[in-house]
Amino acid sequence: MYFPISHSDINPIYLVVVGFIIGILGGFFGVGGSFIAGPALRLMGVDWNYAVGTDLAHIVGKSIVAARHHRTLGNVDLKLGLIMALGTIAGAEGGAQLIQALKRSGNVNSVVSFVAIVVYVSISAFMLWESRKTLQTDKRTSQSGPAKGAVSKKDHSAFGPVTRSIQRMNIWPMISLPTSGIPKISLWIILFVAFVGGLFSGFLGGGAGYIRMPSMVYVLGIPTHLAVGTDLFEIVISASYGTITHAIKGNVDILIALVMHTGAVVGAQIGVVATQYFAGPKIRLAFVPLPLIGAAIVIYTLLTGHKL
Amino acid sequence: MKQQAAKSLRAFAIELAVYAVLVVIYFFLVLHLLGDWLYRLESHHRYVYAGVALLLIAGQAVVLDTVTTLLFRLLRGRSR
Repeated sequence: MYFPISHSDINPIYLVVVGFIIGILGGFFGVGGSFIAGPALRLMGVDWNYAVGTDLAHIVGKSIVAARHHRTLGNVDLKLGLIMALGTIAGAEGGAQLIQALKRSGNVNSVVSFVAIVVYVSISAFMLWESRKTLQTDKRTSQSGPAKGAVSKKDHSAFGPVTRSIQRMNIWPMISLPTSGIPKISLWIILFVAFVGGLFSGFLGGGAGYIRMPSMVYVLGIPTHLAVGTDLFEIVISASYGTITHAIKGNVDILIALVMHTGAVVGAQIGVVATQYFAGPKIRLAFVPLPLIGAAIVIYTLLTGHKL
Repeated sequence: MKQQAAKSLRAFAIELAVYAVLVVIYFFLVLHLLGDWLYRLESHHRYVYAGVALLLIAGQAVVLDTVTTLLFRLLRGRSR
């Protein structure tokens, strides 16, 4: 099938299958899946600028589906999502400016690659340590089997004491997040977490769910199920903004995004349903390989010079 | 339990098959018709294209999600 906007010839079944896989990952982990979508489009000869912009458009559609389903399961904190969207958009602009500055200094590829590898490996190592420790210390959680309703959303984390001390930081204005079970937290901490996520999104590309979802759990203390659902809701807003700015710059082939999205619709539904059968620490443990895949792709491009 | 899982899997397989047929029709009808128009829009009216692109992907998300949910409900209801 010929896609005239990006001048590329791609089998639509390939796009549907890629969308399906990303849909499952998105529904289950609350990530955009750009670390797969970008290289998958590049593999078919789509230029990087189109791969990045088109992926963002596809993320909007996929996240709408997954967020709608998470909302029916009570996994979306709308207030938190709207606040985070503001911080993410500001951070994404900051990340893009950082890229422009590095471009001017002429070492953008090496710096971004190095930062990406360090960030991806650190997230994986930390989540592996934390989720295993939590599962070991709370065997009841791991043996509970299919988890249902609110009980499964009461999360435990080995990082809990640090999270609670962050929540106690009294920086005006303090707000409450009843849906997430947080009586009081500083607005600035939420905005900071969102800003950092946005910074990585603008700097490394994609929705940066790989850093935002763990940050929501460990820094803000949001239960994992709610972090996944709220992250998806927040991604809808920030990725919409990214789609518009990229489309204006001529980086979006919406036809490719529409075809990919037909697969993602089914995948996202499967991913969302699957979260109900896993406790929070298990979801976090299963998340560990995702940033490592991203790191492996970056290392591959550094070693071979091929842009996947 | 196993019987229920088998029923769910069967319903899901039927859903996928029906969905695949719908998607193929969608490819040939909608995308074929929209392709040229979107290409021209992207070349000459970028701002309009940006808005249309966002509306299309959001609209498709809502429509396809509703279709798959209805299919799933329908097939699950029948398999019980």
